[in-house]
Amino acid sequence: MLKSFRLGGIHPPENKISRGAAIEQLPLPESVVIPISQHIGAPAVAIVAKGDSVVVGQLIAKAGGFVSSNIHSSVSGVVTAVGDFVDASGLRRVGVIIKVEGDTWLEGIDRDSSLNKICDLEPKEIVSKIAAMGIVGMGGATFPTQVKLSIPEGKKAVYLIINGVECEPYLTADHRVMLERAEEMVVGISILAKALGVVRTYIGVENNKPDAIAHISKVIAEYPNIDIIPLKVKYPQGGEKQLIDAVVALEVPSGAIPIEVGAVVQNVGTALAIYEAVQKNKPLIERVVTVTGKKLEKPSNLMVRVGTSIDSLITYCGGLPENSGKVIGGGPMMGRAMCNLSAPVTKGTSGVLIMPSEESLRRSSSVCIKCAKCVGVCPMGLEPYLLYKLADLGRLADTEEHKVTDCIECGSCSFTCPASLPLLDMIKLGKNEVMKIIRTRK
Amino acid sequence: MSSILLFTIITLSTLGVLAAVILYFVAQKFKVYEDPRIDTTEGMLPGANCGGCGFPGCRGFADALVKEDDISALFCPVGGGETMNSIASFLGKSAPEKEPMVAVVRCNGTCDNTPKVNQFDGATSCAVSSTLYGGESGCNYGCLGMGDCVKVCNFGALRINSESGLAEVDEDKCTGCGACIKACPKMVIELRKKGPKSRKVYVSCINKDKGAVARKSCKVACIACSKCVKVCAFDAIKIENNVAYIDYNKCRLCRKCVLECPTNAIVEVNFPPRKVVEPTI
Repeated sequence: MLKSFRLGGIHPPENKISRGAAIEQLPLPESVVIPISQHIGAPAVAIVAKGDSVVVGQLIAKAGGFVSSNIHSSVSGVVTAVGDFVDASGLRRVGVIIKVEGDTWLEGIDRDSSLNKICDLEPKEIVSKIAAMGIVGMGGATFPTQVKLSIPEGKKAVYLIINGVECEPYLTADHRVMLERAEEMVVGISILAKALGVVRTYIGVENNKPDAIAHISKVIAEYPNIDIIPLKVKYPQGGEKQLIDAVVALEVPSGAIPIEVGAVVQNVGTALAIYEAVQKNKPLIERVVTVTGKKLEKPSNLMVRVGTSIDSLITYCGGLPENSGKVIGGGPMMGRAMCNLSAPVTKGTSGVLIMPSEESLRRSSSVCIKCAKCVGVCPMGLEPYLLYKLADLGRLADTEEHKVTDCIECGSCSFTCPASLPLLDMIKLGKNEVMKIIRTRK
Repeated sequence: MSSILLFTIITLSTLGVLAAVILYFVAQKFKVYEDPRIDTTEGMLPGANCGGCGFPGCRGFADALVKEDDISALFCPVGGGETMNSIASFLGKSAPEKEPMVAVVRCNGTCDNTPKVNQFDGATSCAVSSTLYGGESGCNYGCLGMGDCVKVCNFGALRINSESGLAEVDEDKCTGCGACIKACPKMVIELRKKGPKSRKVYVSCINKDKGAVARKSCKVACIACSKCVKVCAFDAIKIENNVAYIDYNKCRLCRKCVLECPTNAIVEVNFPPRKVVEPTI
């Protein structure tokens, strides 16, 4: 019997249309917009000004705090502005706008594709190098990796779990990384294991990617401490707490972080980025983005420089099909509809999904009949129908008491609701408000 | 047979009397003295229980009015000066002086002025929409028109105009309780002095973007050009964060700024129509 997490979960249609498309390099854009906040935590502080010349890999914004990340230039050229741009949700943010000229890389970045397996650095040096290279979690949450690798006093990391689940429908970026870059990724994993001082490492991959499982099994044959765990297909297995439960059968207590049970979870894309950062001195300046959709001419997996506009990706894949309803940043379950396609790709953009209009609009909602389907599928064991009502009524104290802060916003409740209630919308609102109150208490 | 009836009646009566005596003494022992004036004061209040005074309902407010020596800081926005005066004279305290206030919606981003660039199909709630993204038009600041303010208004004073897509205040019904101001996630609504004959002049825009950006997203946005500041003889207008604001305590309703504003962001309400002056060249 295949392993999986125990509580809740759903089976949305997989629709992995682009699984067969090998990673292609997107041609360099004419200009890029690099936001100074592409991660969870404090925004970085820009250290370049209008008129400065930059090269690929040059630091352009310094981390603005402990939970923050360095930002590097993804292209070479001239900074035309450090100022406002409109992001994918239509809000004005600060970014560095660079006009591309040629493709000159910073000295010291090893662009040779030969595999370098040996890492002599001390764990502390590895972590500080990862911080310097601006690595963040590439699964979508964009949490600065060096923070996750700084184990709090009195805790010890026992398990390193690598997330190759990619449970979001449509997305195939991680799948392609596991197929095409497995050797480098596994070196990255061994570097991570060294930094954390863990003995056992598990790579969790869902069973709908048998080719990836077979390939990685071959690659890890020479690494005795790394195991691959095939998992039963179930959404949201890629959630950190769900994956820990699935792989090592440990439950992270409510309100705690994974290190509480001795686990650290990292995405496969992050492992690859860490390999490139530590062994090749290459900062996080590009990533694999799945561009997909049922009507799209050429669903692809593209290696894209950070800051490239979303619409240039769509144009490369055949242009926006007629009758498109929504363009979603990320997967269909947790992604967000974008209202501005000239917004840039960031470190966290795992996919661009184009939904035809007949599939994209929500059904009109009716009333809750207390069928408890949402309770059954909630992977965190919450009561979504109740949280929905409490948040709607503004009863924040009760919302907090019913553990709204444990919600991972996976959207399983909204997906399964027969009354099509906007459960997650309201729960997110309640969670936001409760988090605000909690922050003021400190 | 009759003895059983008699016996029952006597037993029950004795029990009843006994219980009454016990209850009487218990009630005496645990008696809580409550100022009878609180009841009277509560009766004088409007009874809307809107919380506009900052207390939990009219009873809580009445309690505070009776107990506090100085009530100059307390005010019932619904009842207004009249109610406060009569309560103050009943309690023998000096009444707070406050002018009646009404809510104004500081956004004129109608569908014509601010074309919609996308469509929101999530939960019908301004709060939800504003946590997710910038809004259906290019302006990140204006009224979202999903009616969070309408939901919280106890007096039916707000509605969403289906043509303009904006919230509208019915000044006759608005009591200035401020519930809508707390509910609006964009902070578009403001309490302003009702003014003589309800006449008001205010900047109907809170867009903090730079002029060029603001103008691009909305035809009637304040572009912070400072023309109104210069024309104002009473020093009532200030520009902060790229948006003009008229201080209602200083404004004398001369309406010079309304004419001066190049984007028509400053509005005048409840004034008689202006006399049309032929331009002399």
